[in-house]
Amino acid sequence: MDFTQIVPAMPALWEGMLLTLKMLVLAVSGGVALGTVLALMRLSSNPLLSGLAKTYVNYFRSIPLLLVITWFYLAVPMLLNWITGTFVSVGAFTSCLVAFMMFEAAYYCEIVRAGIQSIPRGQLHAAYAVGMTYGQAMRLIILPQAFRKMMPLLLQQSVILFQDTSLVYAVGLMDFLNTARSKGDIVGLPHEFLIFAGAVYFVISFGASTLVKRLQKRLAV
Amino acid sequence: MIRFNNVHKWFKDLHVLKGVNLEVTQGEVVVVCGPSGSGKSTLIRTVNQLETINEGEIWVDGVNVTDPKTNLNALRAEVGFVFQHFNLYPHLSVLENITLSPIKVKGMDKVAAEKQAINLLEKVGLAHKKDAFPSQLSGGQQQRVAIARGLAMEPRVMLFDEPTSALDPEMIGEVLKVMKDLAESGMTMMVVTHEMGFAREVADRVVFVDHGEIIEQAHPESFFTNPQHDRAKQFLRQLLTPMN
Ligand SMILES: Nc1ncnc2c1ncn2[C@@H]1O[C@H](COP(=O)(O)OP(=O)(O)OP(=O)(O)O)[C@@H](O)[C@H]1O
Ligand SMILES: [Mg+2]
Repeated sequence: MDFTQIVPAMPALWEGMLLTLKMLVLAVSGGVALGTVLALMRLSSNPLLSGLAKTYVNYFRSIPLLLVITWFYLAVPMLLNWITGTFVSVGAFTSCLVAFMMFEAAYYCEIVRAGIQSIPRGQLHAAYAVGMTYGQAMRLIILPQAFRKMMPLLLQQSVILFQDTSLVYAVGLMDFLNTARSKGDIVGLPHEFLIFAGAVYFVISFGASTLVKRLQKRLAV
Repeated sequence: MIRFNNVHKWFKDLHVLKGVNLEVTQGEVVVVCGPSGSGKSTLIRTVNQLETINEGEIWVDGVNVTDPKTNLNALRAEVGFVFQHFNLYPHLSVLENITLSPIKVKGMDKVAAEKQAINLLEKVGLAHKKDAFPSQLSGGQQQRVAIARGLAMEPRVMLFDEPTSALDPEMIGEVLKVMKDLAESGMTMMVVTHEMGFAREVADRVVFVDHGEIIEQAHPESFFTNPQHDRAKQFLRQLLTPMN
């Protein structure tokens, strides 16, 4: 075992980690936003809206993420081409980002929905009673309270997504794991590099989960 | 100011309001009482359409609130509602609880809204708690903030649904005092309550509801000393029994 060769590879690995983190942050933001819209649709009294959201959630929860990533990689450029009539290059990063956002939204939707439902009905009534619209009541009263309650679950789901971003290797993106693998192959030390990558994923994920658990305890009191 | 014309309401098969006719005039204080489950909350919630009705009409200040074309948000902005469980916004400070709707619904500017809120807090005796959060207040204090929150919209009518029944006995008085001051200032009020002292002292009229019907309406003194209907007599007997 020779771990010294990892040192010269550090700049490349750091680049990979930056891509991983950028993907994560953008996917979480987009996923939570889309998930919130889906949750509001699911809770709507309009059967068409709630039906659509339910189908969406059930569909994305029933297929593998890897499939969604490859599918978007192939489908998104084709779709854009079909819509705009010209060839648009989307790039692996964007197609992966869209795939993560849409896939994770299905999970965030369920978290947000439970969060909204955990807020007592009286809060909505109080908001309506002073003349707020549905949109104002949600934005000013219900969602701020719901998000506070859901924060640990949203973060936990994001830790899982952090690990799942490594699936971008399927479309050739050089994220942290893919960079480690390729560098290891080049210098002929694949095991050392993969062990190192595993340790990094473990430290970050475990550290984040521990922080989330602490946050959960603090919010509970 | 408020008029119910033959109002009917069903929850599925359950007929909760059975042809209610009632009028509350400008400046009047009407107390609604009756046994649990008789439909008092449902009745008062129909006034600002937190509950819809199936038949009949309700008019508030010349507006037919049961007309589908009525702008409910505009109506509700003019009708204050105080809940049994206060329903303050727990994520906002006392001051923000009061200023939120004047700013967001009425478009008042922040400085004016805060000034008004402090004034109202002084009236309910809680100016020193403006930066506290609801969870740091006692029940009685929370309910007084809730009243101030309702008043901040400068409503023409205030509705109260059992405002003191979730309070410890020693806190009931401070809330009733605020309500009494409000009545004396000329506010039109409809109050669901079993506080007989308040009804006697403040109300112009007592309305007795049972099984979704108004059984009896009278001046408080005559209602309490000389109720006409058996069900009203029985209700008052139960209310006076300490073990009810
Ligand atoms: N959302 C609802 N869905 C179905 N039934 C309801 C609903 N709200 C109230 N009811 C029923 O309607 C009837 C009248 O309820 P309401 O809350 O108006 O009574 P109340 O006089 O306010 O009683 P209490 O003194 O206990 O507050 C009760 O039988 C109640 O169970
Ligand atoms: Mg009630």
